[in-house]
Amino acid sequence: MNEVSLIAGMFVATFSVRYVLFAVAGRVHFPGWLNIALGFVPPAVLTAIIVPAVLMPQGDIWLSLANPWLLAAIVAALVALIRKDLLTTIVVGMLVFIGLRFGLGL
Amino acid sequence: MSENSTQDFSGQRRTEVINGAKATLPLIVGAIPFGILFGTLAEPSGLSALGAMAMSVIVFAGASQFIALGLLAAGAAIPVIIATTFVVNLRHLLYAANLVPKVRHLPPRWRLMMAFGLTDETFAAVSNRYLLQQDIKQAHWFYLGSWLAMYSNWVFCTALGIGLGELFPDMTSWGLDFAMSVTFIGMVVPYLKNKPMWAAVIVAGAMAIATIGLPHKLGLMVAAICGIAVGISLHMLLNRKSTSQVAAGGEAL
Repeated sequence: MNEVSLIAGMFVATFSVRYVLFAVAGRVHFPGWLNIALGFVPPAVLTAIIVPAVLMPQGDIWLSLANPWLLAAIVAALVALIRKDLLTTIVVGMLVFIGLRFGLGL
Repeated sequence: MSENSTQDFSGQRRTEVINGAKATLPLIVGAIPFGILFGTLAEPSGLSALGAMAMSVIVFAGASQFIALGLLAAGAAIPVIIATTFVVNLRHLLYAANLVPKVRHLPPRWRLMMAFGLTDETFAAVSNRYLLQQDIKQAHWFYLGSWLAMYSNWVFCTALGIGLGELFPDMTSWGLDFAMSVTFIGMVVPYLKNKPMWAAVIVAGAMAIATIGLPHKLGLMVAAICGIAVGISLHMLLNRKSTSQVAAGGEAL
């Protein structure tokens, strides 16, 4: 069945990446450049997920402050830069988003 | 060992488990709407309710699961979805590389649990525990608490989403996906401490838009790789410049 192979494949693709270093438990040391490269992976991957989600929330580019996804994302990024606190960022971002989308009906 | 100190020991473990769960709560605020949305979107995207539950229980990778739904809805082939999952999850290598020196003494069953439970959220919660506090002998119980909180919440929210999706079919248009974006924004911003990091993020974001038309959502992978490449290049360029300045200064002396 298709879903079985999909889930099995995704499990292998996820767990192998998460487990490989725990399995060798530090007996392998990365060269310096690879360590540096790895440091860029989370922000680059996460940003490549975030940007289309907030700039194209409904499929087309919506570059306007009337776009509640974009406006709330900007506010959340500012909060994160100033407060450096994840909970505040998430709560303020969600409240701004809900306020814009359902309060103002954007 | 006296009975008393054994009790202290288990008390300490329980405290660690509870503290681990507590430290993860702020991140669960973002994971709740995200988990519900995953459950809600599953059937419209072509994944059965059973498949959605199995994916949350077995794969346990929020961003990848969400992207897999997008790919399924777009009619992508299964190998493409699996390859995308792999690339999206590569960031966990960094998390593991940071944690492994602290946990290499633990037996394999603990390291299996840690690997399975290694999400962005749990890493954010436990890295504070491991990096900021001195006594980390019992910190694996803290990790267990964080994992239990994330995992049970994720599985529960998936089930809730499947149920709610049947009750409110228009829920998919409410914008719950913003919960994932805002959580990730909160995670990306702390990385932005130097120019190469800013460059990597700006390039990854711009390329994600520029490559949106690529088939199978390959743009995500291309954008991430471009961002990483630019980040590394700039890092090397700036570091070489500073070392050559040091060398020039040395000559002048």
